[in-house]
Amino acid sequence: MAERERILTPAHAGVFVARSQVMDAGDMKRAVTRIAHEIVERNHGLDGVVLIGLQTGGVPLAERIGSELERIEASAATVPVGSLDVAFYRDDIGLRPVLPEAVTDIPFDITGTTVVLVDDVLFTGRTIRAALNALNDYGRPKAVQLAVMIDRGHRELPIRPDYVGKNLPTKRTELVDVTADGVSIGEVVNQT
Amino acid sequence: MTGMKHLLGIQDLGRDGIEEVMRITDSFVEVSSRQIPKVPTLRGKTVVSLFYEDSTRTRLSFETAAKRLSADTMSFSVSTSSVKKGESLKDTVETIEAMGIDAIVVRHSSSGAPHRIAQWTEASVINAGDGWHEHPTQALLDSYTLLNKLGTLDGRRIAIVGDIKHSRVARSDVHAFTALGADVTLVAPPTLLPPSLDGWPVDVSHDLDEVIPKVDAIYLLRMQKERMTEALLPSLREYTSLYGLTQRRARHLQDHAIVMHPGPMNRGVEIAAEVADAPNAVITQQVANGVAVRMAVLFLLLGSGVGLSE
Repeated sequence: MAERERILTPAHAGVFVARSQVMDAGDMKRAVTRIAHEIVERNHGLDGVVLIGLQTGGVPLAERIGSELERIEASAATVPVGSLDVAFYRDDIGLRPVLPEAVTDIPFDITGTTVVLVDDVLFTGRTIRAALNALNDYGRPKAVQLAVMIDRGHRELPIRPDYVGKNLPTKRTELVDVTADGVSIGEVVNQT
Repeated sequence: MTGMKHLLGIQDLGRDGIEEVMRITDSFVEVSSRQIPKVPTLRGKTVVSLFYEDSTRTRLSFETAAKRLSADTMSFSVSTSSVKKGESLKDTVETIEAMGIDAIVVRHSSSGAPHRIAQWTEASVINAGDGWHEHPTQALLDSYTLLNKLGTLDGRRIAIVGDIKHSRVARSDVHAFTALGADVTLVAPPTLLPPSLDGWPVDVSHDLDEVIPKVDAIYLLRMQKERMTEALLPSLREYTSLYGLTQRRARHLQDHAIVMHPGPMNRGVEIAAEVADAPNAVITQQVANGVAVRMAVLFLLLGSGVGLSE
């Protein structure tokens, strides 16, 4: 789940107050470029590679990585980019409000492909667990890799990213806000 | 729908509530289109259908919806149950509840029965049709189908034709369509209109030929022969000649206008067989959307946790 949604959901709901910016737009751009190069290197090209962004924060990031891949591997065919909403697969259904943010859109067959899941922030790992289950219902990928802009630690499941924009040590109570303009860390202050 | 525990009538939802269900339905249409049209969302939940009136499509639709959400389903139909042995509605509900269930889908011939049941149980109650009163999930799937075809209902003209008086579908549809901004015209012989239409934001016409060229959608109601105990019509043939959507009448519809029917159809009575099979008839889409809409309702009431207090 994008951190942005975490901010808006009850139990956390309030106003996000940024304490400091940890990446600016230029840092983000360089991280996207590096991740794209790592994807090409790791997969020896882009044969059978598809990108799937997790709603909502991972979707624009997946699109950015997609166009970067096309730029650096101009000879390769277009890399398909899809989006996935994992609301129906979450393990905290009934414990906190869960609503889908957007309709899943995977307009290609993922069976036999190498799926690179893309999200903005990796935190407990539970969203990725849900995404792995969801992917199974769409097909059987040859491999699944994980790209995130921020790894903020505090994993609750044995999940590890393959491509990381930045490792960012955080406190559990802090929030990380990723936008096109950069990454900020801060707290949510309850509105009273 | 946020914070609601039961779905008893469309009137409880309002425009925002209806639109929220529509938004969530989009996601379940996507789920239903997949090779494996099933999500684990309501694992461990049990949904009971308690039907005191005959129904195939509504019950099957709810059970399909529950199964696609991985809920367990139980079915209770009056003809094979202890109701025949004289058990009261309250005792039946308490017995079912004691088995540990999460939702009851009720159809009953008495208006208000689902509201009573909601007072007796901790489970979520979903009205699948009560007497002449409401059939909210039908109105939601009709709204979804209309929005899909017309884009918006604001300012769109919809005619509802037929036995309005005995129709819970008409009641719920009027509430839903007008809440979404549509102009609704009821077309029926005077004997098939409710005694009073005070407070219904609708126009009334007795002349179908005059209405047909103006509408964006025409909704035909089933002639409910089983409710025709009073002599309200001279004959079904006369009804067809004045209020049936015949091929001749259907030619006067606008090109983009769609034809809807809640089913089951009496082909040759309220709708000609050829009209029901024409490309602008969306009757099977209504059925398909029904499953997705009911998944959305079950998810919102049982799974989303939106109704949970902090």
